[in-house]
Parts: sequence; C-alpha cells; structure tokens
Amino acid sequence: MTKSFTLDGRIIPFEDGETIIEAAAAAGVYIPHLCHHPDYTPHGSCKLCSVKVNGRICSACTFPAEEDQEIVSESGEINADRKRITQMLFVEGNHLCPGCEKSGNCQLQAVAYHLNMVDNHFPHFFAKRELDASHPDVLIDHNRCIFCELCVRASREKDGKNVFDIGGRGINKRLIVNAPTGLLKDSDLEVTDEAAHICPTGAILIKRTGYLIPIGQRQFDQQPIDKVSLTTGQGGHEQ
Amino acid sequence: MSNKIRIATTSLAGCFGCHMSFLDIDERLTKFAEIVEFDRSPLTDIEHCGECDIGLIEGGVCNSENVHVLREFRRKCKILVAVGACAINGGVPALRNFIPLEECLGESYLDGIGVENPQIPGDVELPLLLDKVRPVHEIVKIDYFMPGCPPSGDVFWKVLTDLLEGREPSLPYDLIHYD
Repeated sequence: MTKSFTLDGRIIPFEDGETIIEAAAAAGVYIPHLCHHPDYTPHGSCKLCSVKVNGRICSACTFPAEEDQEIVSESGEINADRKRITQMLFVEGNHLCPGCEKSGNCQLQAVAYHLNMVDNHFPHFFAKRELDASHPDVLIDHNRCIFCELCVRASREKDGKNVFDIGGRGINKRLIVNAPTGLLKDSDLEVTDEAAHICPTGAILIKRTGYLIPIGQRQFDQQPIDKVSLTTGQGGHEQ
Repeated sequence: MSNKIRIATTSLAGCFGCHMSFLDIDERLTKFAEIVEFDRSPLTDIEHCGECDIGLIEGGVCNSENVHVLREFRRKCKILVAVGACAINGGVPALRNFIPLEECLGESYLDGIGVENPQIPGDVELPLLLDKVRPVHEIVKIDYFMPGCPPSGDVFWKVLTDLLEGREPSLPYDLIHYD
C-alpha cells in the first residue's frame, strides 16, 4: 500500500526518502520556496517553505515525508509568516525592482506577489553591497543576493567547479568567488555553466540578455509562481 | 463645505509618474469627481492640507521639506496611502543611498560634466538633503500601499473605490507589480 500524509486535509502519497516539498510537488501542490530546487541538495535556509508538521514548524524542503503526518501549509498564520520572511529579504538587500533587469522573471518578486505583499513593513538596511562586472558575460550584483546558495550548489554539484561560496557571518555575510582576486573574471565560471543561470533573483545575470523580453511580458507577468513552479518543477526557468 | 470625500495628494521624492498614472483612470475621473474633491495637491495648487479623508503620497523622503509635508499629511488625513515604488521602498532616488551625500552633491554641482560656475547650493530657503532617501513608512504610519512603478490606473481605481465604498483595500494578483 502506498504511504501517505495529509497536507491541508488532502491525502498526499509519497515514497520513502522523499521530502515533504517533493511529495507535494509530485501531487501538484505548490509550497512557496526560494532556496529549494529539485535538482540540488536541500538547503533549508530561506524558510519560505515552512509548514506545520503535527503542530510543529518545519522546512518542507528538508523534512522527510512520513506516514500519518498532518501538515498545514496554506493557513493564514503560515502565509503571514512567509510574507514577513519575504519582507525581511527585501529590506536586508537592495531590491529596487523598477531598475532591475530580472523584474518579471524574478522568483523573489514572484513569491512576494503570490503572498500578496504590497509593502516591505520593516525599516530598510540600505546596506552597501558591491557589483562585480569583471566577467565578460556574467554579472554579480550583490545587492540582490539572498544567500540561497543555489549558485554554490549548482557550481559544485552540476558544473563540478566550486566557483562560489558564502563568506563572512551575520550582516557581513556575502557571496564570494573562488579566485585569487575574488573577481568573477578570474574564476572558472563560464556563461554556459548551470551556476550562471540558477539565481532566483537578479544577483547573477547574463550580460546583454536582460531586456530581450520586455517588462510586462515576462514569466511571472503571465502566470503566478505557483502555476509556473508546478509546470517546470522548480521556482521558474530562466528566460 | 460640501459633503464630498476630500483627497489630498503630493509628490515627495518622486517623478510625478504616479500622479500621471492616477489620471489614467481616464473617463472614470468624471465619476470620481462626483464624489470626491481635491484638497492640497499638485492638481489644485492648494498650499496646505485641510482636514481630509484620504491622503496619497507619491515618492520617498529625501529632504527636510519632504518630512514636514509627510507629517502634515499624516496629521490632516484620516487614511494615508503610500503610492508607488519610491514611497514604499525609496525607489530609484534611493540609488543615491550607496554614495556619500558629499560625493552626490560634488558630482551634480562641482565636478560634473558641463557644470558652469561650480558651487553647492546653500541658500537658507533650500531644504536640507537627508543622508539617505527613506520610504514613507519609516517616518509616519501608513495605512495602505499601492505598489508599482507606477501603479496602474486600475490600481488607483481599485484601492480608491474600495476605500470610498467602505471596504478594506485589497489587490488581486494581476494588479500587484513592483515594476
């Protein structure tokens, strides 16, 4: 007999070894997320996929599915927490959407739309973050990095290169590049690498492609992230 | 005094794009004019707010005058709405937050291309610039928000009709945009 748990009252089948988010996605149920990607080792850092498992808050992307779990995802309380988390991400970095070429294709923005977020609630940090435009084809704008480590994982697990890591702690945490100079141009990164295309925000961008699709006609302008995520198996695909 | 709903509007550190977008409610403006009256607004040229029902704030807060205007709006308006990206998070003017103010002024008035008679304006009547451009919710309590750069005419219509008809304003997915 197939094993199953209940998610918002719905019976979700799973196989041994699956996480809650994997089983939910397979059953066509979207759980908001940013650092999760089905192709990579779970990270559990963004906390957007927080759900209540038998009354306790857990990250759906790291928590293993088990028989008879009672899981709550789409409650007012949990979605309010998710919105606050997203607002914290917006004020910690510098996410000025009108000036960002990822706008409309950005998963951070799309999750915020999905959560009906209309303001940032908290005081803004306006932290000074750097720009690395040294690479001929790829740009890093640290203002928009949310430390999800998808580029770190993609570079290690798919490209076999180890180009990225997170350095520093707390407020000084930042994405670092594996090169003697710390600059992207001196790293092994190539524009064809998965790590150059995986960023859910506008932190890692491919140069000269940003406006190929006009604002207003982009992925999340057409379809909300819960629909896109379930058809592409991830937060969204790069355009 | 008529019984019409009184609305005040202002553009702080904004570009007036949100005000232009407000006018994009097009022919609905005539319907709107039957029930509302504008108080202080760039559309009326009234200098100070009377008692108002709704205040619309475009733009972030970049100088001391913006702070005074915003506080006047908060004092005089029962409901205050932050309109557009700049009011909500500082927007494009907040790009200067990452450059020391002295360097910004130097680039504009001393060392910039084509500057004649270089001097930093220091007239006492000029409002002092803040070190950073701030979203309006960091200065006063804001009741509702209209995201967008600019929010579309439909966003104005939805939020204002919700308010005028006594509902809590809410935006459907297709009206929430940050760009």
